Amino acid sequence: MKKRWIALYVENNVGVLAKIAGLFSGKGYNMESLTVGTTEDPTVSRITIGANCNDEVFEQIKKQLNRMVDIIKVIDLTDIPMVKKELLYIKVKECNKAVRSEILQIASVFEAKIVDYNTHGLIIESLNTEEKNNDIVELMKKFPKVQVVRGGNVAIETL
Amino acid sequence: MIKGTELFVKALKEEGVDTLFAYPGGFITDLLDQLYGEKEIELILPRHEQALIHEADGYARSTGRVGVCLVTSGPGATNLVTGIATANYDSVPLVCFTGQVPTQVIGNDAFQEVDIVGITRGITKHSVMVTDRKDLGRIIKEAFYIARTGKPGPVLVDLPADIMKKLGDDTYPENVNIRSYKPNTQVHSGQIKRAVTLLGKAKRPLFLAGGGVNIAHAGKEFTKLIEITKIPVVTTIMGRGAIPTDHEYFVGNVGMHGCYAGNKAIEECDVLFSIGCRFNDRITGKISEFATKAKIIHVDIDTASISRNIKVDIPIVGDAKNAILSLLESDLSDLHDYTNWVQEIQKWDAKYPIDAPVEDFKGLTPQQILWQVNQAIKDKDTVIVTDVGQHQMWTTQNLHMDATKKLVTSGGLGTMGFGLPAAIGSKLGNPEKTVICITGDGGMQMNIQEMATAVAQELPIIILLVNNSYLGMVRQMQQLFYNKHYSATCLRYRKSCNYACREGKKACPPYSPDFVKLAESYDASGKRVWNQEELGVALQEAMQETKRPTIIECMIDSDFIVLPMVRSGNALSDMILDI
Repeated sequence: MKKRWIALYVENNVGVLAKIAGLFSGKGYNMESLTVGTTEDPTVSRITIGANCNDEVFEQIKKQLNRMVDIIKVIDLTDIPMVKKELLYIKVKECNKAVRSEILQIASVFEAKIVDYNTHGLIIESLNTEEKNNDIVELMKKFPKVQVVRGGNVAIETL
Repeated sequence: MIKGTELFVKALKEEGVDTLFAYPGGFITDLLDQLYGEKEIELILPRHEQALIHEADGYARSTGRVGVCLVTSGPGATNLVTGIATANYDSVPLVCFTGQVPTQVIGNDAFQEVDIVGITRGITKHSVMVTDRKDLGRIIKEAFYIARTGKPGPVLVDLPADIMKKLGDDTYPENVNIRSYKPNTQVHSGQIKRAVTLLGKAKRPLFLAGGGVNIAHAGKEFTKLIEITKIPVVTTIMGRGAIPTDHEYFVGNVGMHGCYAGNKAIEECDVLFSIGCRFNDRITGKISEFATKAKIIHVDIDTASISRNIKVDIPIVGDAKNAILSLLESDLSDLHDYTNWVQEIQKWDAKYPIDAPVEDFKGLTPQQILWQVNQAIKDKDTVIVTDVGQHQMWTTQNLHMDATKKLVTSGGLGTMGFGLPAAIGSKLGNPEKTVICITGDGGMQMNIQEMATAVAQELPIIILLVNNSYLGMVRQMQQLFYNKHYSATCLRYRKSCNYACREGKKACPPYSPDFVKLAESYDASGKRVWNQEELGVALQEAMQETKRPTIIECMIDSDFIVLPMVRSGNALSDMILDI
């Protein structure tokens, strides 16, 4: 088992995402991260999918995606140089002074931004690798009343 | 400017559609009206949409052309689902047009609204709704193209009623350009070279032909390849007929109900050259013990079929015919002499022949039924259609096939109820050929209403109904593995029966329905036969019919089972040969 990444260029049509999601669920493949957005060509969307699976299953996933009529191109990002980021928000609804200053310290170490702030709590925004975001979540989990939202990964091959 | 319905009819004509399987309903009445009086397109009205799609399927399999369905929204569309999955599994080119509620009410739970595109996503090659009148021509053109190219399959096109009423462009595109769909049929010459080199090292090579060879119409070329290489051949049931079954290098079928010599040859071969077979579980048995002594070469048009179940040494992606042609162009002079290997296989076959007669039996045996069929259709262009179950296995084990014979059977999905409608579709597509439907008493009753369609279309098809009073394939498993607990498999059962009955056949209630009377009530011909002489006569009489179908009910004993048998999940070497 290994974490894999695939990028798909697909027709920007109704139902294409449902087809891809249906393939994963129908064949019993587990999808861990998914992002979708249009590209420089508005008729084409790019989808980034993260999946944890073994070599055989991953080969099947790629082949099955390749034969789908609406999919223009399948790129295996697993072992090629790429840049990849994930958006993470953490809301802390209530915190005392000591907690607040610890949170600010975590944010500064991980280069996260404070995007909302009041007398009771704050919201952190982190645009970082999935692994670094995991670290932030791990550190913040111990505080009470913490809410975590993660956006899935976006990736592109390097030049 | 023309209406959507007009463009639809124009599109069908441009695609050369001569037969349209259609069942009416509220949201396709405009389309049916447009088709009224069209001379080039014959409308066939079945009695149920599930049968409708099997009819289109039988038409497509037996002619090689695209089968076309038109049904209404909601239940009309959902009744296609089993047939779509059936066609998808066996790579049959179909285009299914479904009516849909007008676009402005889609999503409002309108009367007879159903998300058929969503429902069929996983069982079609492609499914799409037309949401804009300007896309109508392109989408239909693409649907036919996608259905018949690459690995063929069913395509569903959902047609909202308002789009079909709308005026728009009258041009039907001539060319297709789908950037996300570029089927590759050419084979890689380097891989072919590697395959030939591997064959050159083999002492006990074996060809395995699957349905792909038949879909590619490559039987002639394949036979030529075998005659040059002198390598023995086994087939799957979908591949049967890829080489004449009386050919000296043809061994038999492989898999769950394959012949002894075929399965033994898989076990003993050192190179297995598979063409157009996806190594599904009915073929391989226990995967870890499949062809363990062999290097495997695998030709398949679908990359996803390669190395999915069986690890392949030389994958060749492409069309079966192209692969065979490029093998024929290769230098095959380095191959060994395989006489000893062929003789070894022949010895296995002589030990346990597939058509071994049942000794000392007074009634009709399954093998005798097939001998009679073989005799009756000798030298006749014939389409043989089966349903699913024991009779299907007996047929695929014993049917003699050559270039004049075509077998239509639901191999992948194993859909009961397929036989009769597929035979109707086959006859409509091949009016000059003899069409014989071999079916069981269970499968026949799953689409029995199609007797009316066969009579209405004046189709002299011959329906050999093999009646053993049971859902025999499951009964066979109950007999062998479930202590003769015939749970929910007896078709003579009535509420007043002793449910724990085992053998008390004599006290059994009469079979319902009486198929002979049933045939007569449909204005068809009906015969019941108890031995092979009667069957032979009945077949000859049925062949004389020119306008109406004949049911020949073959009464056989419930205890006949299909042998050899490899229990699901067991290794091919673990064959049950006798009980």
